[in-house]
Amino acid sequence: MTVMTETDLQSFVLLRLGERRFAVAATQIAELVAPSRVFRFPHRTTDIEGVMLRRGRIVPVCDVAGTLIGKKLTSRRFYLIAQRRYGVSTEWVALPVTGDCELINAEMTSPSHSDAPHVAGWLSHGGDVIEVLNLTALTPGAKVLPAPPPAFERQEARP
Amino acid sequence: MRPLSPTKPQPLRTEQIILFRAGGQVFAVSSASVQEVRGIDSLGSAKEISHPQLPKVKHFVQRGEHSVYIVNAAMHFGLPLSTPALVFVLRNVRTALLIDGIEKMTTMSRLQALPQAFCHEEREWYRGLTALDQTVIPVIKPEGFLTPDELFLLDASLLHSDIPGLGAEPDNVLSTDLIGTDSDASLTQ
Repeated sequence: MTVMTETDLQSFVLLRLGERRFAVAATQIAELVAPSRVFRFPHRTTDIEGVMLRRGRIVPVCDVAGTLIGKKLTSRRFYLIAQRRYGVSTEWVALPVTGDCELINAEMTSPSHSDAPHVAGWLSHGGDVIEVLNLTALTPGAKVLPAPPPAFERQEARP
Repeated sequence: MRPLSPTKPQPLRTEQIILFRAGGQVFAVSSASVQEVRGIDSLGSAKEISHPQLPKVKHFVQRGEHSVYIVNAAMHFGLPLSTPALVFVLRNVRTALLIDGIEKMTTMSRLQALPQAFCHEEREWYRGLTALDQTVIPVIKPEGFLTPDELFLLDASLLHSDIPGLGAEPDNVLSTDLIGTDSDASLTQ
């Protein structure tokens, strides 16, 4: 018998995409907002629909349903605004969801080597096994650049 | 004890911009980046150019020793083709821009960096985004329309063309401030 202590439990927000539910660590969630206008302009980043205005910020809207459930969303109920890490900085990204979100406490199981990069772990909740999402792997963003070479190499590179 | 000195409010930095339409989409450009606005009919001196990799450039004008390439903005952004009516001759770059028309001139007080979720060519296209009247408008980067490699290709195709007055020898040396030294006003991003 295992005894689960409170320290094993973490908070997650469950989000719904179609028939499936996914989880994001609650610490990464900024807020859940009603659908608002999405502003579109030309770009070449797939999965980004456009941007929305929220609290004076311009937030990219990223439909991750294509990756997670194999089809784009035709309707949406809310936008879950999450913090996405880019190297040392974080930015907001809005994820369209199709149903209510739920805050739960659960213990996360680590991912296995065979899991997709966007899987940060697994939860067991309400009889379902739920993927915990790694937003850095799931949402677009430039690859983190490798660390710069030591100072003396940089000096040598100068003309 | 010294009394607290009153804090002086910082003046709000603003930048004048031109809102224009291309391919049905509204963009903004810093007015400091636009050297001339011309009607498309006034470009009688424009000569044709064709490069298979750059269908967005079909004409150029010779300004002194420089060739200025006219980029169809709608084609550059992959938008539906429209009937351009105006040309923006951009400052400090060898690019002119075919656009549908000007919406208005206004000022922006804040330029937000393009969110990092945008990670492809658009990072070269835009200086950032600005919110005006509860609408988000991309602010173009003048140097983003033709890369140095693309300029090289276009210059090379002119060298090998038989357009009179072009080639290794520049056709004239008229002074022009087209390639000026003014730098664009910039806002903190």
